[in-house]
Amino acid sequence: MWEKLTYAFVMPALILAGIWLYLQLTEALLARLPRRTQPALRPWVWMAPALLLLLVIVLWPVLQSVVLSFQKVSGDQLSGPFVGLQNYIRAFTDTQMRGSMLNNLYWIIFFTGFTVGIGLALAVLVNRVRFGGPVKTILFMPMAISFVATGVIWRFMYAYRPEGSPQIGTLNALMTGLFQQPPVTWLLQQPGNNIALIVVGVWMFTGFCLVILNAGLRGLPEEVHEAARVDGASEWQVFRKVTVPLLAPTISVVATTMVINALKMFDIVYVMTAGNYGTDVIANQIYKQLYSSRDLGMASTLAVILLVFILPFMVQNVRRFHAQENR
Amino acid sequence: MIVEKKVAPPQNPLMSAAVLRSLPTYVVLLITSVIWMLPTLALLISSFRPQDKIANTGWWSFNFAELNLANYEAVLAGNNLGMAFVNSLYLTVPTTVLTIALASLAAYAFSWMPFKGSNLLFTVLVALSVVPIQMSLGPTLKLMTLTHLTGTFPAVWLAHTAYGLPFSIFLMRNFFSALPKEMFESAYLDGASPLVAFMRLALPTAVPALASLAIFQFMWVWNDLLVALIFLGGSPSVAVLPVAISNLVGQYGDGWQLLTAAAFISMSLPLLLFFSMQRYFVQGILAGSVKG
Repeated sequence: MWEKLTYAFVMPALILAGIWLYLQLTEALLARLPRRTQPALRPWVWMAPALLLLLVIVLWPVLQSVVLSFQKVSGDQLSGPFVGLQNYIRAFTDTQMRGSMLNNLYWIIFFTGFTVGIGLALAVLVNRVRFGGPVKTILFMPMAISFVATGVIWRFMYAYRPEGSPQIGTLNALMTGLFQQPPVTWLLQQPGNNIALIVVGVWMFTGFCLVILNAGLRGLPEEVHEAARVDGASEWQVFRKVTVPLLAPTISVVATTMVINALKMFDIVYVMTAGNYGTDVIANQIYKQLYSSRDLGMASTLAVILLVFILPFMVQNVRRFHAQENR
Repeated sequence: MIVEKKVAPPQNPLMSAAVLRSLPTYVVLLITSVIWMLPTLALLISSFRPQDKIANTGWWSFNFAELNLANYEAVLAGNNLGMAFVNSLYLTVPTTVLTIALASLAAYAFSWMPFKGSNLLFTVLVALSVVPIQMSLGPTLKLMTLTHLTGTFPAVWLAHTAYGLPFSIFLMRNFFSALPKEMFESAYLDGASPLVAFMRLALPTAVPALASLAIFQFMWVWNDLLVALIFLGGSPSVAVLPVAISNLVGQYGDGWQLLTAAAFISMSLPLLLFFSMQRYFVQGILAGSVKG
């Protein structure tokens, strides 16, 4: 154990030394080449380690997934016979998989709606008062907590004891104590359990939205708001007619990020219900196909479907990037 | 603070009216903050309570006399949590350093070494940053198995570095290309090589950006379950904290005395980093999202 602990801090030094050596070596080689070719080659030398890793671990596997999605691959095989659209047909007809896609739709609507909505409301409120900082910190803090620890935290919030016994979960204590209702099995009852999981996601990501939207808000010219107020607009009108339109680009960035998060959501579901009781999502299905069913073809098909859902947001990201660059 | 302001004699009528008007705002923010802290607070208090108390009474009915460290001692001694903590460090520290080093080199090339196809390549990078990692897990796993890397730490260092690179290069490029052109021109006039300009000029100026990225990547890797689960596996000798805890959840179900303490052990380092370096964490998020 102590040995490993030492290595944890020796390795980084070795890594840096290795990169240093690589740079010295390649620079020495470059120096031997004609002066004209040096500037053309150097960027590739500098990018090579990063590009190589990306090629082997991200780009090639992604393309490979597309190919595999048309194959039947099981067990430890690397590839298998071509089966055409069979995997895709199964993905859209199998009730389990269709159910997980539907759940991702719930996630997109409610998770994005709540995180961006609450984040926007709080961003405006925080901007108006003097002690906004601590509020931002408190809401942002869950971002530093792992999904697994979050899972433990929220399983404890949702903990259920049969009626009559003392409740140790905060929410059921509120139900039985304050509202005089029977305790609820939050994570088992469909379709409410999906919302219960989404609440956990909202708890984790609202702070992220709040921080970005608040920064966007601070970048807006204050005079426009003042002018609207002087013209007799109510606070609600100022918010709807001035703040929201001006903030629209930032809202769109945040909403896009949240939709992508909603589509990729894996950890919360895996940790809290493992996808049981009708809470499954695509990302967890991919994991199951890869591990329980050992069906690489099907896992790849689901991954491609996920990518197709994400594609429009990817295109939008690239467009926004180019617009920013050319400004 | 709020109450004090409310009862203060209204020496300045305008001032007190303003405070009164924003009172509902304060109340809403206060309530939201309390709601947001409640789940973590509940778990924190529980982690210090004796087993029979956690199992039979709500956390809000604790008294200070019953709080002790027994749960932490139990989970550290009996469930390999100490080992998992070391494994997490062994996974996270090298990965963070590797990601930042490779990303800085590539980002510098993108910013200050004009080459053909630079724009197209960078566009591909921006696109790659939203590709779900689930898409590449299957084939990568097969590749790692072929090269006998599965279940070893280098496998996860490489995987996490690759997954972190698109965002990291993006962030560092944004920073490097915002640096003044004159800075590099005068350095080259003085005869500095690109390597010297990078090491002596770009990197030292980039310390805040590097700090942001380091915290980001550290938290991301430290908290990750999926990649560690797939490339390292769940055996105790290599299990990192998220994997160890998810094993505990599977094993003990509602053994809250172990789960609460284990969760806080895994949160300790990220929370410490978060509260001490919050500024850089926020900067990283802003630079990564708004400019994107």
